[in-house]
Amino acid sequence: MRRKCITGYNDARAGFGGKRAVKSAFALFDANAGVMVRLKLLVLALAGLLTSLAASAEAGQTRVAVAANFTEPAKEIAALFKQKTGHEAVLIFGASGAFFTQITHDAPFQVFLSADAARPKAAVDGGYAVPGSLFTYAIGKLVVWSKVIDVTKGDEALKAGNFGKIAIANPNAAPYGAAAIEAMKALSVYDALQPKVVQGNSIAQTFQFVDTRNAEVGFVALSQLSGVTAGTRWLVPQDLYAPITQDAVLLKKGENDEASIAFLAFLKSPEARGVIEKFGYGLD
Amino acid sequence: MQNLPPDIWVPVRLTIELAAISTFSLLLVATPLAWWLARSHAWFKEAIAAVVSLTMVLPPTVLGFYLLIALGPDGPGGVIASLWGARTLAFTFGGLVIGSIISSMPFVVQPIRNAFAALGDRPLEAAATLRASPARAFWTVALPLASPGLLSGAVLGFAHTVGEFGVILMIGGNIPGHTRVMSTAIFDYVETMQWREANVLAGGMVVFAFAVILSMSLIEKRFARARA
Repeated sequence: MRRKCITGYNDARAGFGGKRAVKSAFALFDANAGVMVRLKLLVLALAGLLTSLAASAEAGQTRVAVAANFTEPAKEIAALFKQKTGHEAVLIFGASGAFFTQITHDAPFQVFLSADAARPKAAVDGGYAVPGSLFTYAIGKLVVWSKVIDVTKGDEALKAGNFGKIAIANPNAAPYGAAAIEAMKALSVYDALQPKVVQGNSIAQTFQFVDTRNAEVGFVALSQLSGVTAGTRWLVPQDLYAPITQDAVLLKKGENDEASIAFLAFLKSPEARGVIEKFGYGLD
Repeated sequence: MQNLPPDIWVPVRLTIELAAISTFSLLLVATPLAWWLARSHAWFKEAIAAVVSLTMVLPPTVLGFYLLIALGPDGPGGVIASLWGARTLAFTFGGLVIGSIISSMPFVVQPIRNAFAALGDRPLEAAATLRASPARAFWTVALPLASPGLLSGAVLGFAHTVGEFGVILMIGGNIPGHTRVMSTAIFDYVETMQWREANVLAGGMVVFAFAVILSMSLIEKRFARARA
């Protein structure tokens, strides 16, 4: 034993056992990478299978790209739409900016419900949407919301500034973020509050920041607070910011599609408008 | 490079700082952990290894969501933050370091563990017969022998932290100069259709990633040749 050990030590000193150690360090890691690649291939194969299954589903179907803030009302409207017409509206939720980029790159959406007016218009101008199909389906309302301090008198709370962080949506990408800055400027508190601003990537993430109380205060959408009783809120007066008009448009991929045209028509019906209003949006 | 906004380099500097600090902390935490994983015979060893590797499989949204809660006023992060009167570790550089350490951990632990495991018992037994204490054997025998594993762990940890996006998006708050790193800055530029700025940073990332992978192979080769 003793002899063996000494030889081993000499081996280690002479060769440092190094080559083997180095090789295995990388080889074992590579082996793991191999497993990951195989896993990825499996996942891709499964995804392909699911897509082909989905494609073979019934014909009366429209794919609707829905701005994240409109998630809940859209679900309810889609359910009513199915009851009334038998058509199915498949809803895809996400950020309007990302949707717009995808639409300009041939995304398979037939209808686009944006969180703003600029992107549907750009889609029409760029030839990705049907001219004349554009209309305002909802007007977003901005709310100051907090689960930490009392913001029932929101303007006073913002002026007092007794909080560490205030969350807004990314003003470059989300209209609710731009409106929040506009409102703070109108109240002359923006310069004082700017160092406390944290940005959520979307209005949904902004809600999350306030909901988890990581930020004491935040500007969120009234529609997000439907069904929420926690915390205190202040509806930002409409004269402090330009209306957040949310426009819908029929995309080129849905130009001659019965279900897509029917969905947009249904969105204008009193029934759908009732849902939209119930969730805290204004109407055109 | 004309007409680029001057603040485009702020996220670059911040990213390098974040990756450097995270890598240093990762080596401090990952090396003893990898040593234990390579040497221990505990029955729950593989369970611990699986926990460490979880972040390799989990989507960043899961990690980001739990971190947001853990760093916030209801989690341990809030308790720590209250030591200096803050309420949360989210939206801070320190919070990003914690997030990066957790999400990059498997990329550092794995190669170091493999390097330690590849040593086998013999060098350490030999050191013991020469009356080296276990600590001394670790510092003077095991660590130098495993240095290629440490190096590749450090490179991978650094690179993975630079490439981290989802977690930072969810706990950072996008504050310029504090939590707005390269990956989130690129996302912003793309989102707002500033494609030229996005191109400068994204192109830089591609070159960086290429350099990392190439240098990994070269390091491996050089060590292999030096030991031959």
